[in-house]
Amino acid sequence: MTASRRGWRTATRLAAVGLMSLLLGCSSTQNDATRPTFASAQPPGRVVGMRRLTEAQYRNAIADIFGADIQVGGRFDPIVRPEQELIATGASKSTVSPAGFEQFDIMARAIADQVLGEQRRATFLACQPADPAQSDPACARSFFEGIGAYVYRRPLTPAELQFYVDLAGRGAQPTHSFYTGLQLGLAAMLVSPEFLYQIDAVGSDGAQLDSWSKATRLSFLIWNSVPDAALLTAAGRGDLETPKGLKAQVDRMLASPKAEQGVRAFFTDFLELDRTADLSKDTVVYSRFNSQVPKDLSEQALRTVVDLLVTRDRPYTELFTTRKTFLNRNLGIIYNAPVSKADGWVPYEFPEEADRAGVLGQGAFLALFSHEGRSSPTLRGRAIREVLLCQPVPNPPANVDFSGFNDTKNAVLRTARQRLMHHATDPVCASCHKITDPIGLSLEKFDGEGSFRTTENDTPIDSSGSFEGKAFDGASALGYLMSQSKTPSQCVAKRVAEYAVGATEDDLPKGWIDSLFKGFEAGGFKYRGLVEEVALSPQFFAAPATPAPPAKVAEASTSRGAQTETR
Amino acid sequence: MVKLTRRRILRGVMNGAAVTVALPFLDCFLDNHGRALANGAPMPVRFGTWFWGLGVTEDRWKPAKTGAGYDVSEELKPIEPYKDKITVLSGFDVILDGKPNLPHNSGGIGIRTGVAPGKVELPAPSFDVLIADQIGKQTRFRSLEISATRDATNSLSGRGEGSINPAESSPLRLYTRIFGPEFADPNAADFKPNPGVMARQSVLSAVADQRKDLESRVGARDRERLDQYFTALRQTEQQLALQLEKPAPLAACRIPPKPADTEPPNSQVEYVIENHKNMAQLLAMALACNQTRVFNFSFNTGASSLTKAGSTISHHQLTHEEQIDPKLGYQPESTWFVERCMEAFGVFVDTLGQFKEGDGTLLDNSLVVAHSETNFAKVHSVEGIPVMLCGRAGGKVKTGMHIAGNAAPASRVGLTVQQIMGVPVDTWGEGSMRTNKPISEIMV
Repeated sequence: MTASRRGWRTATRLAAVGLMSLLLGCSSTQNDATRPTFASAQPPGRVVGMRRLTEAQYRNAIADIFGADIQVGGRFDPIVRPEQELIATGASKSTVSPAGFEQFDIMARAIADQVLGEQRRATFLACQPADPAQSDPACARSFFEGIGAYVYRRPLTPAELQFYVDLAGRGAQPTHSFYTGLQLGLAAMLVSPEFLYQIDAVGSDGAQLDSWSKATRLSFLIWNSVPDAALLTAAGRGDLETPKGLKAQVDRMLASPKAEQGVRAFFTDFLELDRTADLSKDTVVYSRFNSQVPKDLSEQALRTVVDLLVTRDRPYTELFTTRKTFLNRNLGIIYNAPVSKADGWVPYEFPEEADRAGVLGQGAFLALFSHEGRSSPTLRGRAIREVLLCQPVPNPPANVDFSGFNDTKNAVLRTARQRLMHHATDPVCASCHKITDPIGLSLEKFDGEGSFRTTENDTPIDSSGSFEGKAFDGASALGYLMSQSKTPSQCVAKRVAEYAVGATEDDLPKGWIDSLFKGFEAGGFKYRGLVEEVALSPQFFAAPATPAPPAKVAEASTSRGAQTETR
Repeated sequence: MVKLTRRRILRGVMNGAAVTVALPFLDCFLDNHGRALANGAPMPVRFGTWFWGLGVTEDRWKPAKTGAGYDVSEELKPIEPYKDKITVLSGFDVILDGKPNLPHNSGGIGIRTGVAPGKVELPAPSFDVLIADQIGKQTRFRSLEISATRDATNSLSGRGEGSINPAESSPLRLYTRIFGPEFADPNAADFKPNPGVMARQSVLSAVADQRKDLESRVGARDRERLDQYFTALRQTEQQLALQLEKPAPLAACRIPPKPADTEPPNSQVEYVIENHKNMAQLLAMALACNQTRVFNFSFNTGASSLTKAGSTISHHQLTHEEQIDPKLGYQPESTWFVERCMEAFGVFVDTLGQFKEGDGTLLDNSLVVAHSETNFAKVHSVEGIPVMLCGRAGGKVKTGMHIAGNAAPASRVGLTVQQIMGVPVDTWGEGSMRTNKPISEIMV
C-alpha cells in the first residue's frame, strides 16, 4: 500500500514500454515473468453489456498495444451524452453509424499498415515467413495468437484464431505478400465489435463477470486503456477471483503512471470538459479568446485535478477551494496573470483577492457555462446543480415567454442580477430560477470568457448568493461552502460508480453508492481511495440479474448540450 | 466515341487550365434526347433535406395565396427566381399526443421520423434513411450528412435507437471524404479495379460472416445495437463492391479544387454562410459524380447559436428575449437571422439550379425537403412547421404551389417524399401522426 501510494503520488511519466516487446514470443530479451500465460480459452459467456470505446480509449489502446508512435488519424463517431448522464453511460447505448464505420475502417487499415510495415514488423513478429510472397499459416497463427489477446482483451477462441489465419492466407494469395495478408487480418480485427466495444461477458457462475471482462473493466476504469500483459496474465491465472489477487492488481495499476490518464478521463467526462472542443466565443466581444484558449482551459482544469488529487493526494473537497493551478502564456492573458515561461505550463497560485477558488474559479467552467457574448448566471447555476451536485434542474416550459426579460442595453436594469430578478417576478419562472440563480449570480464577477470584472454596464456587480440555506458573497465563499457540504462528495461517488460500470444509478446494485460514499468519507474524501474502493467491491463485477432492461421511458427534459434552452 | 476520353476533351477544351465553371453536358454521353445516359440508364434522381433552425416569422413567410402561382412573401424573396420549382407547405403540424414539447427537438425529430419523441433522440428511422435504403445502394455513399456549423452531431438523420449519422462539418473534410484518394473518376479513360479495395471488401465481408457467435450471446437490447453495427459494416462493404465496377461516365462530373483548411469555425453567421456556400458546391459535385444520391444538409442547429459579429446575444436568445416591435409586428433582430437562413436556402437552391446536367439541372433531377424544427421559435410552436419542397425529382412532382395543410400531420410530408422516391410504404408515422394520405396535389 505504501509503495503504491508513493507511486500514485509521484505519477512519474515513465517512458511507456512497448507492450508487445514485453509479451510476445518475439524477442529473445523479453522477461518471461511479464509474458501472459493464459488458461485454456473457455468459450466466452453471455454478454450483459457492450460499451463503445471512446476516442481516448481507442487511442490509448492503440498506443498501449502497438506503441505510441503509431499514428491514429480519423474522425470518431461521437458518443452522445444522455440527459443528466456521463458519456460513459452513453457509451453503453452507443451504436456505430455507416459513416462512423467507414472511419473506423480507414483507421484500422492505416494502423495495420504501420504495424506491419517494413520498419516495425520485426517488433511484432516472432517468426519469419518461409516465403514472404506467400501465406504462412504457422507464422500468421503465432502473430494473431499474441496480438489477438490484446485486441480482444482475452485469448482468441480456436475458431476465431483460425478465422484470422485463413483471412491472412486468402489476402496473401492475390497480393503475393505474406505481410499484406497479415495487414488485412489485423485491420479486420481492429474493426471487429470485440475491439470497438468493451464487451462484458458473465462467468460460469452467472453472477459475476468472467475474469477477462473484469480485467477490462479494471483497466478502463483505472487507466482508460486496455489491460497490459501482467493484468491479462493475472486474469488467466484466476487471480482476480481472489480478494488478495485482485488487490495486488488494483494496487499495481493505481501506482502506474497510466493511472493519471484514468483520472483525466473521468474528470473530462464528469466536468464535461469534452465540450470545450466545441467552445467558441464571439471574438469581437472577447478578442483574447482565440481558438487555442478552450484547449488550454481544459488542460488547466485537468492539471489542477491531477495535481490536487494525484500528485498531492488531497481531499476531493479541496477541488472547490484550491487556489493552486497551472497557467501558460495564452491563459495568462485571460487571467491577467504573469506567466514566466514563454512555452509550456508553470505552477501558479491565484492571490486571495482574485476570488478564484477551485474549479468554479477557472475559465473552463466559467466559459463553458456562458453564452458566446456574455456570462450566464443561470447556465452556471444549473451546471453546479447538475454536474457537481447531481441535482437535475427542470427545463423551462416549452411555451415560456421571455418578453419580461429585457435586453442588455436596458438603461434601468443594467446587471444580469437586475434583469433576472425582473424576470423572476413570474412565479412559473421563479420556481426554477431560485434553484439556479442564487448560486450562479455569485460568479458574476467573471465574464463570459472567465475574466475578472467588477462592473457590468458601469454598475457594480453584486456577487452575493445562498447555498444550502447559507448566505455568502463571492466565488471563494461559494467554494468554501461546497467544500463543507457532503452533497458534492456524494455526487462524485455516484458518478465514479456510474462511470466504472457504464450504467446509471437505477441499474447499479442497490446500496452500493451509499456504501461507497461512507468509505469515501471515512477515508477523508481521497479520490484514489474512492477508485480503489470501487475496484475492490464485489458490486463492481456483478452481472445484472437479468439482461439490461430497455431504455428508460422518456424524460421531459432536454440535455444541457448544444440545444440548451436555459439562459 | 473512338478514344474520345473525358480527360482528352477536358484538356482540349480547357487547355489544362483550372476548371471553375460547370461544363456543358456533352452529347456523346447521352442518348438522343439528353434525358438519359448513353448506357440507357435514366438520369439518377437525388433526394435530400436542408434544415434550418428557429423557424420563421409566419406572417412574413407564408404566402397569402394557396395553389399554383403563389405570391412571394417577404421572407421568401431569396427563392423568388426558383419559385416555379419550389412548393411551399404551411400548416403541417407535428402532433405531440400529450408528450412534452422538447424545445427545438420535438419538431425536427417529429417531422423526420413521423413520431413525437419522448426524449432528445430519434425514436425511429428518419425518412431520408428509408429513402436511401431504396435509392442509395448504387453509389459509393448511401448518404452524405453535412453541417455548415461545426457540430458533427447536428444531424436529424439516423436509424433510430438513438443513433445518428454524424455530419461532415468542414469543407476540407467533406472534400477528402468524397474526392480523396479513393475517388474513382467516372470519366477516366481506363478502369482497373483497385486491388486494395478488393481486399478490403473481402475482409469486411468475412467479418460480417462472423456475426453469429456474438449475436447468439447478447441480450435483446444489445442485439439491436449489434445489428446497427453490422448494418454499417455491410453498407461500407457494399460501397466497396460498387467501387470495383467501372463507373458510368458522367459528363457533368469533375473534381473540384481542394478547399483550404478553414479557420476554426465559430458561430458567427458570416462564417457559417461562407461555409455553407462552399460545402453546397462540393455536394453538388458529389451528386454530379454520382458519389451519393441522398444528402442531409444543416445550415444551423435547432437552438441556433448564430451571432452577428460583436453582438452579445445569439439568434436563439433573441427569439426568446426580443420584444415584438409593436409597429412592425415582429421581432426585428430575430427576423434578421431568419432572413439570413432563407438567403442561404436561396444560395443552396441556386447551386443546384445552376448546375447543368443533361438538358436540365441538378435541381430538376432532385427532390429536396427544406424544413425547420419550429414555426415560431419564441414559443417553440410545432404547429405549422415551415416546409419547402424543391426540385422536380426528374419530373415526378408538380412544383410551384403553396399548399396549406390546415393542421394536417407533418408526417404526410415524409410519407409523400418516400412514395415519390419509390419506397414501398402506404402508412407511416405513429399516434396522431400515423397517416396513409400523401400530399397528392404535388404527385404527378
